[in-house]
Amino acid sequence: MVGIVTYGSYIPIYRIKTAEIARMWGDKPEHPEKGLGLFAKSVPAYDEDAATIAVEALRNALRRKNIPGDKIGAIFVGSESHPYAVKPTASLIAEVLGAYRAHAADLEFACKAGTAAMQNVYAMVKAGMIDYGVAIGTDTSQGQPGDALDYSASAGGTAYIIGKDEVIAEINHTVSFVTDTPDFWRREGQRYPSHGGRFTGEPAYFKHIMSTAKMLMEEAGTKPEDYDYVVFHQPNGKFPYRVGKRLGFKEEQIKPGLISPYIGNTYSGGTPTGLSTVLDIAKPEDRIIAVSFGSGAGSDAFDITVTDEMENFNRDAAPKVWDMINRAKYIDYATYLKFRRMIVEVD
Amino acid sequence: MVVPRFWRERRSRYSLIGTRCPVCGTVYFPPRSVCPKCGRKSVGKMEEVQLSGKGKVYSYTIVHQNVIGYKYQKPYVMAIIETPEGPKLTGQIVDVEPEKVHIGMPVHAVFRRIAEDGKAGIIQYGYKFIPDEE
Ligand SMILES: [Zn+2]
Repeated sequence: MVGIVTYGSYIPIYRIKTAEIARMWGDKPEHPEKGLGLFAKSVPAYDEDAATIAVEALRNALRRKNIPGDKIGAIFVGSESHPYAVKPTASLIAEVLGAYRAHAADLEFACKAGTAAMQNVYAMVKAGMIDYGVAIGTDTSQGQPGDALDYSASAGGTAYIIGKDEVIAEINHTVSFVTDTPDFWRREGQRYPSHGGRFTGEPAYFKHIMSTAKMLMEEAGTKPEDYDYVVFHQPNGKFPYRVGKRLGFKEEQIKPGLISPYIGNTYSGGTPTGLSTVLDIAKPEDRIIAVSFGSGAGSDAFDITVTDEMENFNRDAAPKVWDMINRAKYIDYATYLKFRRMIVEVD
Repeated sequence: MVVPRFWRERRSRYSLIGTRCPVCGTVYFPPRSVCPKCGRKSVGKMEEVQLSGKGKVYSYTIVHQNVIGYKYQKPYVMAIIETPEGPKLTGQIVDVEPEKVHIGMPVHAVFRRIAEDGKAGIIQYGYKFIPDEE
């Protein structure tokens, strides 16, 4: 059996309300709430980045179950905001773990790099190359100030340790789907991303998630009603409900794994953290489907069953996602700019 | 701080690795290769030990000056943290309003950016502290 052995998430403490962002840019304060289903987004502190978020998420996973560094054979870190353009985040994680005999690499695929990391580790464990591997999705993403993405681009991450012993959630199936779709991009040297406006919805998010979810259920021989929970990539608070309903899922299957209304879009952290939120409450035999989406564009889907081992697993040894959503300190737009290093100073 | 020194100290800075004297049991952080109390009896015998990251505020100060590299963080709190293992650690307390910090406050270590060498230089990571949940 190959699956999740332990998991942990991290969400920075700072938040900005979407109404405050609307005030700044002259939109109606209710616009992001009604139009996007977003109430607040997480903001990294001045001294946080995708690497510090990755370490904190991983430490929360290790608090629940400690896997010694010398047993970890792979480290994949998915992010679109790696602190360095050249110098891996994964080697920092290896040093923190003391995992030196490890295959380590950074991944980047817009918002799906975290699930790509999970798939890579799953494959290496399944192939018998390694006993345990670490997969992390982490981001401190930024939108152009005043752009629609300014309401959603946020910070957070989740770490999974995948192995074959004492598995709390078995990965039954995983599939992916990819096409060359120009819905969102950032050229080298550009500070902020560009996007194809309305093009981001139908041919990108909906097409890829729906195709991948259908492919997964066909291969697994399942139907939407076989699942207790469904987690989708969550760029806002509306898309997951819309795509879920089109696929035949009900609101009560979608809602528990949907946290973007309160913390925004954590990009590579998105689907992994939605899944983490579900694992915080899941019981043995619960079945979960998780489907990510990364612009450019592709989706990874996972069919997961919670095992009896969850009863022995020390979930309370680390903060749950909702504990971290609830410990929020709200800041204004000026402080947000300061934390995000967006104030231009004359040298 | 220069890159080579930071590189040598990375394990203790990232993971709070100190050393323990097997003769008298004293724990040292930063790590020492000889126990000052036991001298040559401890040579070659010091054991690595990872601190739990837990602690209490022993003393602190709130910095309002414009220290280079801290302009965006001021006012910030620098504290001496008393650990249950013994050593006292100096570090910043973050994610807190400075006026809420008090002596005896329970805190724990978190992983943060400590410094960066300009816009093109190396980023130094290490420990800071945040208050425990009330
Ligand atoms: Zn001694």
